[in-house]
Amino acid sequence: MKTLAKFVLMLLFAPALLVSPAVLLVSPAVLLASPAAMASEGGARLDTAPINQTDVISLQRGARTFANYCLNCHSASLMRWNRLEELGLNESQIMDNLIFTGAKVGDLMNVAMTRKDARKWFGAAPPDLSVIARARGADWLYSYLRGFYRDPARPTGWNNTVYENVGMPNPLWRLQGERVRVAQASKGEEGKEEGHGAAAAAVKYEMVTPGSLTPVQYDETVADLVNFLVYMGEPAATTRKQIGIFVLLYLLALLPLVYLLKREFWKDVH
Amino acid sequence: MAAAEKPPVSGTGSVALDNALTWVDQRFPLISTWKAHLAEYYAPKNFNFWYFFGGLAMLVLGIQIVTGIFLTMNYKPDSNLAFASVEYIMREVPGGWIIRYMHSTGASAFFICVYLHMFRALLYGSHRKPRELIWIFGVLIYLVLMGEAFFGYLLPWGQMSYWGAQVIINLFSAIPFIGPDLSLWIRGDYVIADATLNRFFALHVIAMPLVLLGLVMAHLLALHEVGSNNPDGIEISKHKDAKGVPLDGIPFHPYYTVKDIFGVVVFLIVFAIIAFFAPEMGGYFLEANNFIPANPLQTPPHIAPVWYFTPYYSILRGVPPLFNSQFPGVVAMGVSVMILFTLPWLDRSPVKSIRYRGPYFKVALTAFVVVFLILGYLGTEPVTVWGQFGAWLGHADRATVVARICTVVYFLFFVLMPWYTSIDKNKPEPDRVTYK
Repeated sequence: MKTLAKFVLMLLFAPALLVSPAVLLVSPAVLLASPAAMASEGGARLDTAPINQTDVISLQRGARTFANYCLNCHSASLMRWNRLEELGLNESQIMDNLIFTGAKVGDLMNVAMTRKDARKWFGAAPPDLSVIARARGADWLYSYLRGFYRDPARPTGWNNTVYENVGMPNPLWRLQGERVRVAQASKGEEGKEEGHGAAAAAVKYEMVTPGSLTPVQYDETVADLVNFLVYMGEPAATTRKQIGIFVLLYLLALLPLVYLLKREFWKDVH
Repeated sequence: MAAAEKPPVSGTGSVALDNALTWVDQRFPLISTWKAHLAEYYAPKNFNFWYFFGGLAMLVLGIQIVTGIFLTMNYKPDSNLAFASVEYIMREVPGGWIIRYMHSTGASAFFICVYLHMFRALLYGSHRKPRELIWIFGVLIYLVLMGEAFFGYLLPWGQMSYWGAQVIINLFSAIPFIGPDLSLWIRGDYVIADATLNRFFALHVIAMPLVLLGLVMAHLLALHEVGSNNPDGIEISKHKDAKGVPLDGIPFHPYYTVKDIFGVVVFLIVFAIIAFFAPEMGGYFLEANNFIPANPLQTPPHIAPVWYFTPYYSILRGVPPLFNSQFPGVVAMGVSVMILFTLPWLDRSPVKSIRYRGPYFKVALTAFVVVFLILGYLGTEPVTVWGQFGAWLGHADRATVVARICTVVYFLFFVLMPWYTSIDKNKPEPDRVTYK
């Protein structure tokens, strides 16, 4: 009877016990990877954005690109202009170099275009970019802004490898130049590897009209822009980490003290 | 009267303080409460690692209430303003970002503490007689906590807030006859809207916390009535000295207060690492999709609840529909939580602690934990995450099949418990607790 019971129990619970080692191996990797950063909807492989939040000059260049090229259609309505003083700019520098409207330095980064007009012109209103980096991830933005190509089939004449058939035309085309996509190997053609990686690796572009920047300079400009978008997504992030180090140092210093306190009190427990 | 019979308070080292405390004690049960719940509450001396989490859950409750009060000062429960007001807290309110991150990290930390606290009960039989009511209050706390978390998750008014709430409220529509009207009544509108946000705000900041505090009080009063269990699962009240003090008991204060302070500092180190360096926790504590404002016209490609609900979400999704109705899944999900109430009566083992249990219970508990984790993981992923089986299984999603097996094991853990606990080959319990 006992043996039978044991057998039945083992049989019932065995599948769970068999799966467990696999899950234990998978779970740490799952916890570390950010879901937003793994792949785009189209399944294109994303490039790692070479950004550095402590590089203030890069953030300033990113802010300049943002004000010149993005802020005509996209707002950043949760971000105040004078917050950019954190990046080492003073009020008059912000007023003279970045604000092209009648906005005051204490105003939010709004745009004149109404959502209704935007929907009529682009098919969808351009999203507010204040926290876009937190929604999409830096790698997605970096790949997306470098993924535009000419496509006569689209109403705007532009398409994007990372976001297929996006309504947005390439705002940086004067910098990047105009490219066409020449080859995309079908999945599996390259050999055994199936899935996103193989397909994206096979995308090739051909420059039709060069822009004012070389491809390397363009990548750097986009990296600065993405750096700025990440900063704008959470302006307090750098402060947060700096304060965090002091909080941790305090707690780590406290730890041996409270341990010794506990040990002192527990001496008389036998 | 009674007040006059009390001896004056002494021993604080200051005459003025002695007199002040005497004045209060003659009008309020100050000293007797202090003694009953701290200085002369005798807890077993052999508490281990698992006994930190009840106190830590209370600490997190405190963190949530205090940070919540400050968040409320700047949050706007209005569908047009909510999303921006949360970012206003993150950007414009001095220190707002740390208040908000403590609150969002605290929500997950609360569930981590509560899950480990409940697992401790399973390990050492803390739900068994005479502690059934403590367990029932505890499960009620868990249920209210789920409600609290669910209502709170709508407030940032992001895409995942909106569509997560949509999915959960739609579950009620699956109830026959009254379902559609019930879900309409919960929402207050035909879709999740401003009315829903307003009532969820009221429930999140007033109703649920009030009930939660009351239940925590009841949980503690019931505990202090019967005394704490311990890793040996035996009663320390069986051996008392001449004064009626348990031989294996030590006063909660100062022994466990100083020990818990150590636990609190370790906990705060982990908490600070997350809140300051990884507040999104790879998308598990704060989801990327929730940084997109709620849009009723655009359904996100993948909707998943926050990690602490995902085991139940997997059960819901795994149960096949019947007559095109999701009702069986909804029932299975409801029962999977409610079945916890019956646990004290399902367990027929003569011993309480895992230390003296036989192999059947150990196997069953291990299997339960494993399937709970698998269900939890699968609930965060789309059902296609592991691909499909071949034609021999009708190209079924592997994840769905695994979720179904896990759901069966989950329920078998409870349903078969009266059987395997009564035939298990237990070891003899010791007479006194084992300590060092």
